Amino acid sequence: MRISIRVALAGIIAALVFENAAALAASAENGKTAYVKHGCWQCHGFLGQGLLVTSNGKVLANSQLPFDVFKKFVRSSNRAMPPYREAVLSDADLADIYAYLQSISKPPDVKSIPLLTP
Amino acid sequence: MARADSRTKLNRRNFLVGAAVAGAAGTATNIVPPGAAASPAPASPIDQPPRPSALAPTAKIAAAEVAQPQEIKAETGKPGSDFMVDVIKTLDIRYLPCNPASSFRALHESLIDYGGNKQPEFLTCMHEESAVGMAHGYFKVAGKPLLTLCHGTVGLQHAAMGIYNAWCDRVPVLVVGGNDADAAHRPPGVPTFHSAQDINALVRDFTKWDDTPVSVQHFAQSFVRMYKIATTPPYGPVMMSLDAGLQQEPIRETGEKLYIPRFVPSSPPQGDSGAVKEAARLLADAERPVIVVDRAARTANGINLLVKLAEVLQAPVVDQGGRMNFPKTHYLNRPPNVIGQADVIIGMELSDFWGTVNAYVDNGEHGIGVNETKIKPGTKLISINSVELITKSNYQDFQRFQPVDVSMPADAEATLPALIEAVKAAIPADRKAAIAKRGETIRKAYTDGRENVRRNAAIAWDASPISTARLVMETWAQIKDLDWSLVASEGNVSFWPNRLWPMEKHHHWLGRSGGYGVGYGAPASIGAALANRDLGRFSVSIQSDGDLMYAPGVLWTAARHKIPLLAVMHNNRGYHQEVMHVQRLANFRNRVAYLGNDLAPLGTSIQNPDIEYHKMAESMGWWAKGPIKDPADLTPALKEAVAVVKSGQPALLNVWTQPR
Repeated sequence: MRISIRVALAGIIAALVFENAAALAASAENGKTAYVKHGCWQCHGFLGQGLLVTSNGKVLANSQLPFDVFKKFVRSSNRAMPPYREAVLSDADLADIYAYLQSISKPPDVKSIPLLTP
Repeated sequence: MARADSRTKLNRRNFLVGAAVAGAAGTATNIVPPGAAASPAPASPIDQPPRPSALAPTAKIAAAEVAQPQEIKAETGKPGSDFMVDVIKTLDIRYLPCNPASSFRALHESLIDYGGNKQPEFLTCMHEESAVGMAHGYFKVAGKPLLTLCHGTVGLQHAAMGIYNAWCDRVPVLVVGGNDADAAHRPPGVPTFHSAQDINALVRDFTKWDDTPVSVQHFAQSFVRMYKIATTPPYGPVMMSLDAGLQQEPIRETGEKLYIPRFVPSSPPQGDSGAVKEAARLLADAERPVIVVDRAARTANGINLLVKLAEVLQAPVVDQGGRMNFPKTHYLNRPPNVIGQADVIIGMELSDFWGTVNAYVDNGEHGIGVNETKIKPGTKLISINSVELITKSNYQDFQRFQPVDVSMPADAEATLPALIEAVKAAIPADRKAAIAKRGETIRKAYTDGRENVRRNAAIAWDASPISTARLVMETWAQIKDLDWSLVASEGNVSFWPNRLWPMEKHHHWLGRSGGYGVGYGAPASIGAALANRDLGRFSVSIQSDGDLMYAPGVLWTAARHKIPLLAVMHNNRGYHQEVMHVQRLANFRNRVAYLGNDLAPLGTSIQNPDIEYHKMAESMGWWAKGPIKDPADLTPALKEAVAVVKSGQPALLNVWTQPR
């Protein structure tokens, strides 16, 4: 029993390493193209800023979400978002998209924007 | 409907029939000059002598051109349409947005010549949908309905979507459709194509009332009645079919003296006292009451009343935005997610109570959506909704059926004074401290929420295309010191104006179209700007691209009649709602959506070529600039545009934006 748990854990770790390795090898530049081509911008904005009505304001840019969680969500979604299965969006494109979202510059501090200062 | 006699021999019908016959004679060509002998046919077309480019006139036409015309006597007696103008003038209707048409030409002529083009003043429109949309927007600022005339069949068909929006948005619009009813006398051809037995049938499903008067006295009764019905809450559009002959012919002397009925407004329906008391008891005893409002504040006083009720209860208010109901700067103004915590919810003039307490997720298995409740089991529901009094059958604007615990088919604003007093009386003395504490918790949540909104607005602040938050706040910076009115914001800009602008007054926000018939934004904003012009206010709209292209001729109407409006475009170059729908379906079906050469699924983009909205507006007399893609260019363009609008002219900025 203990051995099988170890095997399972090793498998999970290997899978996570593989997933994250795939994410690390990905191209942000290609991801930007894939992000537009696959229509992610439609609900999330071109910079992953999140749109209140279409994506409940969920911000994707610089997301802290690990790649494997991100991938699982995109593949199955929470139903409000239509799922992107592999036939529609390849693993490679998905990894590139993740890399693009991580590469987006952090927004300016709200205090530095006079128009947003009360 | 058919009158027993036509009063004059040289009336309009004879004239038109004569013209039609003359036209027919002209087209039945006889190319042999009178008196010429018939000659043998040429052997081939090549042998034919050259023909003149203009055909010789027939003997009849030649005679008509040189003969002394018979004198046409002027009509005598007061035309029916002059009396109709007398009736219309008693109701203080300021404007008449209208696209001209022959079926109401007599009334048109009376309005401008007999009536002096005042009350109402004719505003030339280029589409009946624009005319109704203008009347729709005008009412939401002025609180008074406008009249529009439209051609019986084709014109009314154009107007229909605008009327449906007004119906769903509970806005009164007076629609009069000209109709040549008398088949024995009406001109043949086009006027007959444009006649119908019952033009009102086209819009009967989404008007409060309609009629077809058969005498001028009948007109007087029906016009005053339609005004009264339209302006009694719940408001709504009304329709009259007006016979062309009745308008045109002189008033027949019957011995009876014509009169104009006096208009006395009806009081709005108020909630039953027992139901009010029961609602107050539930609210007073609640631990977490929530007030949800959509079109509750018909007037500025409605806002004051809602503030009073909310403060007495220290209850959060969710403003769904059908009207400006509650100040955005008030700490009790809260987002919809508070509904999930409620033990008692009172909904006032909600267009969709079911959708308020339930969710529909458009992503279920087997291709259908999923229903989910948003509220806890046992949550008590109270409804005050006047629309229950005018529910019809065909069109489904009544939405899904939602059972409630207390149901008042009554006007919310009229019921609020009694409800506030009943709640005050129902709150036990020992609950007051707990209620005050509830308010403090909500105040902190409000402050935190404002901070979060500002942080979200900062994301993509420097993006190109320009973020909708940036678009909205750059605009705000230029108008904040004016007495401003956001007259339309159908462009789905993530509700940034409602989230970031300190909306407090009733005219700061006018709500949306009602029926979501696209094409409302441009005409409604111009109609509202007309009302604001007369009140000395500054009008601004967030104008979306697809909406503008349904009937862009309304831009000309604004320029022609000097209606100042700042239209800041949310140009995302697509029918964005449809962009996402097609993408959603493609994903469901495990297919890659075909884009063609566009950014979005084929058929949903407005690009290739991009529309130069600024040039289009300029061609119709607007000051305009664009396309603006760099956010740094917004401020100088907005400053120029605001100066133009302040000078009394309309101005448009074509701004390329993020999708929402």
